Amino acid sequence: MNDVMKLLRSAPPSALFGMLVIVSYIFVATFGPLLTPYGESEIVGAEFLAWGDEGFVLGTDNLGRDMMTRLIYGARNTIGIAFITTCLAFLIGGVFGLLATTVGGWVDQLLGRIVDVLMAIPTLIFALLILTILGTSIPVLIVVIAVLDSTRVFRLARAVSMNVVVLDFVEAARLRGEGIWWIIGREVLPNSMPPLVAEFGLRFCFVFLFISALSFLGLGLQPPTADWGSMVRDNATLITYGDITPLLPAAAIALLTVGVNFVVDWFLHKTSGLRDEH
Amino acid sequence: MSTESGEHGAGKVLLEMRGLRIEGQSDEKWQEIVHGIDLTLRRGEVLGLIGESGAGKSTIGIASMGFARPGCRISGGSIVFDGIDLTTASEDTKRKIRGARIAYVAQSAAASFNPAHKLIDQYSETPIQHGILKAEEAEQNAKDLYRRLRLPDPDKIGYRYPHQVSGGQLQRAMTAMAMACKPDLIIFDEPTTALDVTTQIEVLAAIKDVVRQSNTAAIYITHDLAVVAQMADRIMVLRYGDLIEEGDAREMLANPKQDYTRQLLAVRTYKKADAATQTEAPLLEVKNLSAAYANTVMVLDDINLRVPRGRTVAIVGESGSGKSTLARAITGLLPPLAGSVLINGEPLPASYKARSREQLRHLQMIYQMPDTALNPRHKVRDVIGRPLSFYLGMTGEARERRTQELLEMIELTGEFADRYPGELSGGQKQRVCIARALAANPAIIICDEVTSALDQLVAEEILKLLQRLQDELGVTYLFITHDLATVKAIADEIVVMLQGRVVEQGEKQTILTPPHHEYTDLLLSSVPEMDPDWLDSLLERRKAGQ
Amino acid sequence: MVAQRLALGLLTLFVVSLIIFLGVELLPGDLAEAILGQSATPETVAAFRRELKLDLPPHERYIAWLADILRGDLGRSLANQREISELVGVRFANTLFLAAVAAIISVPLAVTLGVLAALYRNSFYDRAVNVVTLSSISFPEFFVAYILILFLAVQAGIFPSISNVSPDLDFWDRVYRVILPALTLTLVVVAHMMRMTRASIINLLASPYIEMANLKGLSRMRIVVHHALPNALAPIINVIVINLAYLVVGVVIVEVVFVYPGLGQLFIDSVIRRDIPVVQASCLIFAGTYILLNLTADVLSILSNPRLLHPK
Repeated sequence: MNDVMKLLRSAPPSALFGMLVIVSYIFVATFGPLLTPYGESEIVGAEFLAWGDEGFVLGTDNLGRDMMTRLIYGARNTIGIAFITTCLAFLIGGVFGLLATTVGGWVDQLLGRIVDVLMAIPTLIFALLILTILGTSIPVLIVVIAVLDSTRVFRLARAVSMNVVVLDFVEAARLRGEGIWWIIGREVLPNSMPPLVAEFGLRFCFVFLFISALSFLGLGLQPPTADWGSMVRDNATLITYGDITPLLPAAAIALLTVGVNFVVDWFLHKTSGLRDEH
Repeated sequence: MSTESGEHGAGKVLLEMRGLRIEGQSDEKWQEIVHGIDLTLRRGEVLGLIGESGAGKSTIGIASMGFARPGCRISGGSIVFDGIDLTTASEDTKRKIRGARIAYVAQSAAASFNPAHKLIDQYSETPIQHGILKAEEAEQNAKDLYRRLRLPDPDKIGYRYPHQVSGGQLQRAMTAMAMACKPDLIIFDEPTTALDVTTQIEVLAAIKDVVRQSNTAAIYITHDLAVVAQMADRIMVLRYGDLIEEGDAREMLANPKQDYTRQLLAVRTYKKADAATQTEAPLLEVKNLSAAYANTVMVLDDINLRVPRGRTVAIVGESGSGKSTLARAITGLLPPLAGSVLINGEPLPASYKARSREQLRHLQMIYQMPDTALNPRHKVRDVIGRPLSFYLGMTGEARERRTQELLEMIELTGEFADRYPGELSGGQKQRVCIARALAANPAIIICDEVTSALDQLVAEEILKLLQRLQDELGVTYLFITHDLATVKAIADEIVVMLQGRVVEQGEKQTILTPPHHEYTDLLLSSVPEMDPDWLDSLLERRKAGQ
Repeated sequence: MVAQRLALGLLTLFVVSLIIFLGVELLPGDLAEAILGQSATPETVAAFRRELKLDLPPHERYIAWLADILRGDLGRSLANQREISELVGVRFANTLFLAAVAAIISVPLAVTLGVLAALYRNSFYDRAVNVVTLSSISFPEFFVAYILILFLAVQAGIFPSISNVSPDLDFWDRVYRVILPALTLTLVVVAHMMRMTRASIINLLASPYIEMANLKGLSRMRIVVHHALPNALAPIINVIVINLAYLVVGVVIVEVVFVYPGLGQLFIDSVIRRDIPVVQASCLIFAGTYILLNLTADVLSILSNPRLLHPK
């Protein structure tokens, strides 16, 4: 407990802010349904009611659904899906990345080439191409984005573990006759963790923004699922009247990403061992 | 004229440090690493700063410019250079002094030159920027210095880029660059530590000449007492930021006053007793081994070797000799192109991947850098325990008991089992590596430069440990090293390698007494000795011999 | 080495075109029927299939498709039967114009800010810039876009909130209409570029030869300009080109928000309408540009490495 308190005290205000944001979002995402007065897609009133009108704190959206409720459900949907996708991307990219450096040789070359090709097409374009063909159901969305994003994780896992794999203790393990998975799991992975953990945060942000962007374009999560990206799109016309309602879901997206980025930045600063000039 | 500094004639005091304190930062906390050092240097004098790692010698050396590296700060005391107190001087004053009146020669020349500019431009830059010389004059001086430092092709070499020139040449070019403004003081920070013994001679001779001729004062920093004996008029012995002993070089070498100094001098004098010749079948045999890396020339050419049971065979050579490659070929990391490796008469498959667990168990290796040879996430207990369970199938209490036994054998107490490598010193880590090798009950242990990265006193302890283990347990060693003193200390037989070939091999006494192969002779004579006149007499001999 | 990279780039382009082509092959069911609907007569379907060359085996179709593209014939749009090359030509030019305006503003800004941040590391300026850019790269592009629209278009009325650009407008008129979208792109890209520049310069400044320059008593200006910069060229150029490549992707969202008639908007529309030939063609163009830019980054990196410029 003492170590945790010491750690928190040494953190800059930006990181503390970030942690606060993350914790609040996780809270809302988990306990969401208990907090909302209405159902996710329940139509409760007239369209585009202003804030505070008829008891709807944040007004209603383009179909007359309560904004507040939609925002809260949106948290759970968008964050939940982004999290699952990131985990999947990490699983794929991480395992292959570590495998590539530990086995080396033609396996490394082959995986490298495949990743090069996958990365040669801009993610958004590639994703949209595949979504055109396979449709935009949630499982497809998760798998497609996970596979495309795993290429970045692959590159990072490979770069980080490359430095570990050339160390003598890994060679000692090989000479002992240890199997490939023992070497990856017990020798390489434990020594590659800090950058990977930081990268998890960064990839989550990217995936989260990406899904929101797709939904904004109408090609991500489909209605009536509450999702922040599509909520921006649905209510976009309000901007022209100077109403900032559509900015709410957008701001919700931005806030979480900012929070995670601040925390990751602090984490990287602590673990990178960069000396500061006095 | 006071004769304190011998031939150079005592000049005025050039540099005076009083009560110098320096702090270093680790994990956001500052700790004192230099505890109140006093240092006096006169014009034309060469002062040797000697100590092991952590002594603070490099930090003190660079502080004489009023400079502290990132992560360090000068926290107390005074540094007075020719009347100017550098601890209170402005940045601008310090900047004008650096390069022009005090110059620095770093340990790694390759890293200290800007890869984007030619050597001669980096030479001329200092005098031009300080407003001392014009470009043409500076370039002319450069060529002159290059000649005096015995660089090949002195008129043209300056127009090359750093990566186009060899290590020893680059070191001399860096020395030339330091002399560009004819500074009052040059700081030499371990200039020859990274060089081969045979290259070192050239560089040492060059530095000594040029410093003498221009009557520049110098601070020579090194961990090698024999080297400093050649170069310095006075010596200061440092340890963990404290001064241990200080005095005239010849005096100190003849009559050291402190125990620590005595220990440093005694290093390299440990010798193993000669053993009776072995006639039974060898434990390890290497026959006609040749190997190459993909796309390159032969790295090993027709190597033949025998290691008798319970004996130590030392393979000695400089960089590029192929000695480490030989270890990789024997262990199967680099499958040889031709030839075979036999243990107890049984041939081993060329690649380690094809070998059985038992075959792998027979050959254990200890590495040069204890820092990278141990997984920082594994406790000592796990490091030693893994070979026990993996090879010998030991578990539970039996394994724990054996782990404790092994710890005792390497002279560490039982509590070390719960520690992580990060909590151990270099010597302790290397002991754990030895225990890891022993745990497998191998036929032979290959020691790849196991003492080269350790401080000299610590290295000596490790050698003694290895010898004790051989005496008590009959362990067989194949010992790879570039250091002849180590060879003299522990070898029974010696194999001398040069550029992938065996030049000479046989019993230790046979190899060490003349007549030698030409290369062996060169190697043996290039090892610095504690005699201050050694370098000069060697150079005389070589010039006469030419 | 350069030739090797070029060859690899070309190969990647081929493989990518293959992927784009094959992607369509994976469509379940018969393409012609799916598009024409169930009321179409068998003759219409057959004619359509011939038109789209669906009666040829896949590998022949691929060759034919590739050959057409190399000739400049990108096929016809399913939505309006127009020649895709016409459609795409104008749109692509517009997209390039937008990207160019954004690049011209962002590149000098980002590099300068980044270098300054590295030089004055840990100063208040540096820390402030760190927080601002970190926030900026966290914002979704549409968020930035709508904020700009809200403040600069709706409330202040300085710029139009929709950027419809047509070929008959004069140059400065175009620039005027394109400012907001370009600004949006700039805000996001500058943040990325600035951070990357800062990181590479800091890395460089930690090199031993920089310490050596310090110990030679050289002035700070001299060290930065003469010692650091020549070695910083390679990483900075790399950063710039990578971000230009990123601009290609960011353009899509911005074009949709501002209803800008560029290739990105066309692409999105075609995806929604499942106008496959247009999707394929746009994909190819985007991917090609991206690959070309990354290739340029690689080649320039190689060319500015002093060790490779002056071999042993």
